[in-house]
Amino acid sequence: MLNKLTAYELLEKLKKKEASVNNITTALSARIKETDPKVCAYVRLDQPGQINQCGLPISIKDNICTEGLNTECCSKILAGFKPPYDATVIKKLKSAGISIWPNKLNMDEFAFGSSTENSCFGPTRNPWNLDCVPGGSSGGSAAAVAADEAVWALGSDTGGSIRQPAAFCGVVGLKPTYGRVSRYGLIAFASSLDQIGPLTKDVRDNALLMSIISGHDEKDSTSADVAVPDYTQSLSGDIKGLKIGVPKEYFIEGIEPETRKIIEEAINKLKGLGAQVAPVSLPNSQYAVPVYYIIATAEASSNLARFDGDQYGLRKANIQNLIESYKQTRGEGFGQEAKRRILLGTFALSHGYYDAYYLRALKVRTLIKQDFDRVFSEFDCIVAPTSPTPAFNIGEKSADPLSMYLSDIYTISVNLAGIPAISLPCGLTKSGLPVGLQILAKPFAEETIFRASYAYEQSTEWHKIKPKL
Amino acid sequence: MEYEAVIGLEVHVQLKTQTKAFCNCRIEFGSPVNSLTCPVCLGLPGSLPVLNKTALDYAIKVGLALNCSVQEFTKFDRKHYYYPDLSKNYQISQYDLPVCKDGFLDIQVEGQTKRIRIKRAHLEEDAGKLIHEPDKSLLDLNRTGIPLLEIVSEPDIHSPQEAHEYLSDLKMIVEYLEASDCDMEKGTLRCDANISLRPKGAEELGTKTELKNMNSFKGVKDALVYEIQRQNNLLENGGKIIQQTLLWDPKESKTVVMRTKEEAKDYRYFPEPDLPPFIISQEKISQVKSSLPELPKEKLQRFVKEYGLLEYDAGILVSNKEKADYSEKCFCAWTDKNKKPVVNWLIGPLASIASSSNLEIQQTGVTAKNLAELVDLVENKNLVSHLTGKSVLEEMVASQKTAQEIIQEKNLAQISDEGALAKEIEAVVKGNAKSVEDFKAGKANALMFLVGQVMKRTGGKANPKVVQEILKRRLSNA
Repeated sequence: MLNKLTAYELLEKLKKKEASVNNITTALSARIKETDPKVCAYVRLDQPGQINQCGLPISIKDNICTEGLNTECCSKILAGFKPPYDATVIKKLKSAGISIWPNKLNMDEFAFGSSTENSCFGPTRNPWNLDCVPGGSSGGSAAAVAADEAVWALGSDTGGSIRQPAAFCGVVGLKPTYGRVSRYGLIAFASSLDQIGPLTKDVRDNALLMSIISGHDEKDSTSADVAVPDYTQSLSGDIKGLKIGVPKEYFIEGIEPETRKIIEEAINKLKGLGAQVAPVSLPNSQYAVPVYYIIATAEASSNLARFDGDQYGLRKANIQNLIESYKQTRGEGFGQEAKRRILLGTFALSHGYYDAYYLRALKVRTLIKQDFDRVFSEFDCIVAPTSPTPAFNIGEKSADPLSMYLSDIYTISVNLAGIPAISLPCGLTKSGLPVGLQILAKPFAEETIFRASYAYEQSTEWHKIKPKL
Repeated sequence: MEYEAVIGLEVHVQLKTQTKAFCNCRIEFGSPVNSLTCPVCLGLPGSLPVLNKTALDYAIKVGLALNCSVQEFTKFDRKHYYYPDLSKNYQISQYDLPVCKDGFLDIQVEGQTKRIRIKRAHLEEDAGKLIHEPDKSLLDLNRTGIPLLEIVSEPDIHSPQEAHEYLSDLKMIVEYLEASDCDMEKGTLRCDANISLRPKGAEELGTKTELKNMNSFKGVKDALVYEIQRQNNLLENGGKIIQQTLLWDPKESKTVVMRTKEEAKDYRYFPEPDLPPFIISQEKISQVKSSLPELPKEKLQRFVKEYGLLEYDAGILVSNKEKADYSEKCFCAWTDKNKKPVVNWLIGPLASIASSSNLEIQQTGVTAKNLAELVDLVENKNLVSHLTGKSVLEEMVASQKTAQEIIQEKNLAQISDEGALAKEIEAVVKGNAKSVEDFKAGKANALMFLVGQVMKRTGGKANPKVVQEILKRRLSNA
């Protein structure tokens, strides 16, 4: 039963000596053994004797470097890669007395995807319905937390990769402000969009974990030198007078009626708690998906250039010619979606196309950001659906990349603007799938997000409902 | 038809920072392979670059010394190409917003001043080193990430001689700033050239080739001479220049094709997302400007003005900073107002002794004070002859003793005392009656012979001037 508790509750138990780290580890191991063969949240089964935890454990997405522990981005090209160093977030966790669960969490290869189907280890399944995807790319992180196979977890979010799986699996996931959490040691997908963030069972755990992992890092030039508050102090439960904007563009087309209804109920709930809700407009959000797929793939094509088999990971042996070695290593090492994105990005950056694609995309990105600036000059936060639909079936969209890309339509502009946003459970569909409510705020206003989400969460029971496995 | 060569140079200087451009790895030569590496310069997944601010300072310094305008807003870009010595398969460089732009360097060619415009100077990281063995290639990444400053000239250079002058002046300035060792053989200074020919007087540029792998000053000159001739022959015979990159082969003294335009690379430059743009404040620029040391040209003018040196002599002495500093110390140790004697010793005997051991004058170990003392003993006190003085200097270099010590130990002092010389002179006059007669008959050469005889008898120690005077007096009285 210990595995069902939140990190906050477990820390209380440890403090009161009502439980030991060993008890917690044993409970988690047992749970993983029991349910993970079905869920497949972790990339491989625990190796005996590997678990030697001395603090409350945390589970980590496979793209965050952990010294001496396999970190492979769920890609064949990084097979066997054991980083010689810890990511800054891992260092911070360790110095806070948190233990790193040695088995990493499943994801779409290099975080390319919204369903965790693009993993060289096979797909993760949604604990609420094993025929459904858990979302992605941090599908392993969300599913592990939802299935009580992890106390809490770290994921990464480039276009919705924390929030969308959090919504699909009924957990709380935050994409912090760009620069709030160090990216040092996060294997880059799109450097100007990536952020590491927490996936937790409730808002309190999320605030707790954010307080640990946030902060300036001299090893990451894009990390911000902004003081880190104790985010748990924002959990007052009081949102009277909070000004909330609801973007009308998010409720027009593509949103499933049932999801729309659940989100509208959640907004009414917030009103009931004393928030002032008004419609707002984000006119340029309609360009978010194309802009994102130019910028993100361009950066990805560059970031993935280093995977050539020379120093680490997969290397096709006995090839005499250098170019041939690159071709065969990369040809075999990268999956379908990785290849598609490398090609798209390479094209966008090519001579003669740069101005028409990349440069123009950067300009529209600025417009998208200005939309948010304008709204946040009057509103404390924005509330929206996390995803236009609940979890879809495994295989349903994998043959149609465009419809897959559109499942991130409500999350992508947050990354383009560099602002923080959370997804928290706000209801279940008739077929029993969770729906996520997204709350956005201006840069470094994570406290506002926690204040609003905690108030909402405490007035509902959604975070207490568990999937039946 | 007569053709004119149009040459632009791209010079890379390795900046002398203590650590690499984007990580904290030390820069040291001769360290074990791959020992000066970390996740950042190895390009390991997840690692991120952080700019070494000293490298930026050096770039600003060099830019200002080359009369460039330092940009207030500058950023880094990624330049992509696949090669094993490039650990990330992209190089962090600067594309459209280099740190320095629009400078110039005035060079002297055949007594004329010529201005070579500098288009830009930008920061980038160096690649690693491939070591090719018969059955395999090995990779040393110690050099990966060392900061380079690429200085690109406009195509204002028209001969190998001008290229050579530009390159040596550039090297001299960068060395003065102590921003780089600028050693072409060691690769801390590298030079590529773009070269084309056009009919003399024409405005339009011809098709260019790019020359690489010129690993010495001589290599640059030889390669340019060769390439101008090659293009000239081709054009004369009605051929066409193909745009291509050529490698200079110093052993065969010819260029070989590396790649043609069709294979030209698309580097897919885009702004480095891991490094936010940098704002360089006017305060910063003026601060660096005010800390610039005296540059070669200023030093030359000051040597002429302050010490009365000839421009030619001053030019030799300021050719590198250590030499200039040493020379100035020597001027100061030499208290006479006229510095010519000490200058002559610096660029004459000392320079030739130094170069015979492949040293520079400042590396011989002869202190300024000791040199001034020697010059004083020779030129003012006539304690030893000029010739003996040179051997004393050789001994000073070899033993690090002072001139006085050597002269005393070896008993080299000239005899200038008339009383001490009288006996020897008397003996020579007596023993050379014929020459004495000749002199008296008006043959001036005879006197020199007699002086020579006195020198012989004294083992070369007699002061020839004194001997000559005594002899003249003695013979005209007799």
